[in-house]
Amino acid sequence: MAGQGQRLNVVPTVTVLGVIKARLIGATRGHALLKKKSDALTVQFRAILKKIVATKESMGTVMKSSAFALTEAKYVAGDNIKYVVLENVKTATLKVRSRTENVAGVKLPKFDHFTEAETKNDLTGLARGGQQVQGCKAAYVKAIEVLVELASLQTSFLTLDEAIKTTNRRVNALESVVKPRLENTISYIKGELDELEREDFFRLKKIQGFKKREIEKQMKNAKQFAEDQVTEHLSLERGISMNAAHNILVGGPKDEDIIF
Amino acid sequence: MANPTNNAGLIAMIADEDTVTGFLLAGVGNVDLRRKTNYLIVDSKTTVKQIEDSFKEFTTRDDIAIVLISQYIANMIRFLVDSYNKPVPAILEIPSKDHPYDPAHDSVLSRVKYLFNTESVAGDRR
Repeated sequence: MAGQGQRLNVVPTVTVLGVIKARLIGATRGHALLKKKSDALTVQFRAILKKIVATKESMGTVMKSSAFALTEAKYVAGDNIKYVVLENVKTATLKVRSRTENVAGVKLPKFDHFTEAETKNDLTGLARGGQQVQGCKAAYVKAIEVLVELASLQTSFLTLDEAIKTTNRRVNALESVVKPRLENTISYIKGELDELEREDFFRLKKIQGFKKREIEKQMKNAKQFAEDQVTEHLSLERGISMNAAHNILVGGPKDEDIIF
Repeated sequence: MANPTNNAGLIAMIADEDTVTGFLLAGVGNVDLRRKTNYLIVDSKTTVKQIEDSFKEFTTRDDIAIVLISQYIANMIRFLVDSYNKPVPAILEIPSKDHPYDPAHDSVLSRVKYLFNTESVAGDRR
């Protein structure tokens, strides 16, 4: 009786059975679809995992080379180059554009970097070390490229992780709560309907027995009647019935036609 | 220009002076009308409170898409970084020049590694 408590509270009728069966079919289909979605997300997730690890590793080397380029620039152009750079900050020329990518109904944010206008601080390092400054700039732009890619991977990773968790929770809920409950309800309704049918059958049997007895009684009566008829007929044929003779004498005064 | 929220985002930074200088040279720096910068230079005089405040500010501003933070600075406000779980803006821990990168501290990468270990126990080593 473990499953008895896990059923929907419904009236056991054929209509409700049909409704519940339709719901079970729906739940099964939903379960299959969600399972597929979860699989698709997992495939994407694993691909992203691999990419993240690779990009994280490449980030190390890119950052190292850009830091080295900065050191070169500082060595050639002097340490005060950083003040020039810090003073020249106005509006960002290198920005990221975010767009969403749809994987099995899950929106993953993706970042693309783009340069809006040419960078302003072209005069930086005009006196000396201009080449190094430009090289340094290129190195950092490259670093940004890698970092932006990594950021979008990481964001996708977090979003997918969350989406997979939710989907799996739904799959499990359908599998281990909703479907058993519906199945229990169906078996409950079927049991109840069988019970009703048995009751009905029993009732019919009873009625049949009653009718049989009734028919037997009638048959007996008819037989009796027929026998009586036969004896009467016989006595009539003999000429006079015992009853009739008796009647003439007894029922005489009741007859209007008889005058005397 | 003044309103870059329509799908063009900025890259914010919390890092040491050299790293910030490099990225500013690449052109990610932005100063808005109220003289607010999208970067914070952390040196020996910067307090943890300041870092926390700017981290919170960068993660709540809607024109910022990515926040770069040096790992040693992220370690200072580790509780904040770990409790942050929104997809946008993305928090990215970057290595800095004089602090070697330790993947074990990265909140995302530790999860990546954990998942990798669980899903490929018998598979290829990674």
